[in-house]
Amino acid sequence: MREAPRRLTRAEARSARAASGFLLPFLALFLLCFVAPIGYALYESLLKVERTGPLGLGGETKQVWAGLSNYVHALEDDRFTAGFGRVLLFGAVQIPVMIAFATGLALLLDAASARWVGFFRTAFFLPYGVPGVIASILWGFLYVPGISPLVEMADSVGWNVDFLGRGAVLWSIANIVTWQFTGYNMLVLIAQLKAVPGELYEAARIDGASAWQVARHIKLPLIRPALVLTTVFSLIGTLQLFAEPKVLKPLSNSIDSGYTPNLAAYNEAFTSNNQHIAAAEAVLLALVACVLSFGFLRLVGQRGKDGESG
Amino acid sequence: MSEANDPTGGVVADEPGEPDEPGGPTDGAAPGRGPEAVPPGARPGAGHRRAAKGREGLEPPLRHRIITVSLLTVAAIYFLTPVYWLVVSSTKSSSDLFGTFGFWFHDPHPLDYLHRVLTYDDGIYARWFANSLMYAGVGALAATLLSAAAGYALAKYRFPGREGIFNVILAGVLIPGTALALPLYLLFSEIGLANTYWAVLIPSVVSPFGVYLCRIYAAAAVPDSLLEAARIDGAGEARIFSTLGLRLMTPALVTVFLFQFVHIWNNFFLPLVMLSDSDLYPIQLGLTSWQGYADRQPELYQYTVGGAFLSVLPLMVLMGVLQRYWRTGLTEGSVKA
Repeated sequence: MREAPRRLTRAEARSARAASGFLLPFLALFLLCFVAPIGYALYESLLKVERTGPLGLGGETKQVWAGLSNYVHALEDDRFTAGFGRVLLFGAVQIPVMIAFATGLALLLDAASARWVGFFRTAFFLPYGVPGVIASILWGFLYVPGISPLVEMADSVGWNVDFLGRGAVLWSIANIVTWQFTGYNMLVLIAQLKAVPGELYEAARIDGASAWQVARHIKLPLIRPALVLTTVFSLIGTLQLFAEPKVLKPLSNSIDSGYTPNLAAYNEAFTSNNQHIAAAEAVLLALVACVLSFGFLRLVGQRGKDGESG
Repeated sequence: MSEANDPTGGVVADEPGEPDEPGGPTDGAAPGRGPEAVPPGARPGAGHRRAAKGREGLEPPLRHRIITVSLLTVAAIYFLTPVYWLVVSSTKSSSDLFGTFGFWFHDPHPLDYLHRVLTYDDGIYARWFANSLMYAGVGALAATLLSAAAGYALAKYRFPGREGIFNVILAGVLIPGTALALPLYLLFSEIGLANTYWAVLIPSVVSPFGVYLCRIYAAAAVPDSLLEAARIDGAGEARIFSTLGLRLMTPALVTVFLFQFVHIWNNFFLPLVMLSDSDLYPIQLGLTSWQGYADRQPELYQYTVGGAFLSVLPLMVLMGVLQRYWRTGLTEGSVKA
């Protein structure tokens, strides 16, 4: 990268061989686990099963070319599109709330006196070590009437809550996700805050800036790259929403088999045994994820082109 | 170049000034050496930064501190309440789970109940636990080595197509893993790999994010001059990588390993799609199957809670350690906006 251009010597030919030796094991597995499934999903999504024999019953089945009909079927399926709308709504509300929460905690910890910081940071980060499934089982118990001490406490003061009702369950899921990932995002932001040179703060303080002004005008703009990173990862995570609704489904009537796009694709493949439509739905999901995350990166990239960061 | 504007979070900016200290970017986050614990000037060249932060000289007023600590306490209650509930509930029988107030103990028999969790169904829980450890441990180790080699090659060698390959790998970071899992299952079924240990292990060892991190880190922490010197001494490329490269990249490798370990441990969709034999299940999958049967077998409620408690313990301990390591390690992977 930094060496002056030279002609290809024997040593360089040797090093190119070495480079491919280092790269190939990863690339082979990357092809198998990333490129091949995408190709296979695209291929499967363009086929459908056709039954031969009288009245299309029994007899042989064979795969035939289906064109885009699986995609049309998926997009015309109200439950699938409703699931997409649901995760987008979820993301539009939960991601900003969680990122704001994480930013607030990071700034508070950055300003707090040193003695307590370690305890709080650990407490906030702890839920990240609880897998989504376990977190959902855990919160599920805290949502279900009859077992939940939260519902019991609310009842005792005459407040009737139903965490699993039609309107509430999406936000109960949002709470689980927020609980799990706020601490992680906070840690990413703290890491970026620590990279800010202390002289900047000192100069601002000497100029008479309050703690709030320092946070608003110095710290926030400087942690922008970390905010972008956490938002993009949250976006990808939101579109994949699966474990939480799957675990809560037996507890709530309001979660149907197409509650999120992922749940829909899963049920299409394993309950309805229709892998071609499931493949189309997986492709649509990957497509939306890529468009949204690239779109977001472009959006903030254009607005952020004030410095050297490109 | 000021670190603050550097989207890679300092790793690239930090290094050139400290070529002899490859541990530079992350070592400020080594256990017990959090910024607040580092005496000013402990590390020449970086000490002035920390000293300038000098909270001692500019203590915020008492009122501010009270507000700050109260807000932090409220947040801590939110994050710790479910954990507290889990601890309390793991000591209860199934009927007490339903019959008694959830935030307080009732006739606790913690060891008795945990023993039952471990022995139920011929000790299947221990098997799930071992499976989880194996998937996460072996998978993360292999992922780290593969990422290290690939990242090192992308950073330290020049060859045609290098940037193209790197961009394709980067795009892999943005593809949702669950969108890949379904077609991967169909693919693995065709070649007879579905419902085997390999079905979960193989996809777990591919970490595009790890390659990204390793490339950035190797570019900064492994000086070309050192590699050149080793070549002149007659060392082969593989030997240079395994003795020099891996050692200089250690902080990044620790981050990749821990990252991938947690990622595999927490992954639910992939094993759910791939596995049907409960002997191959990781913990999460096993616990959801218990939860599914609990309607018919009420004691499974208690086993689910107890099993969840046991499964959370090791990762919680790991989190306590990690949050120190990850303080700076994470932003090394910041997306360039």
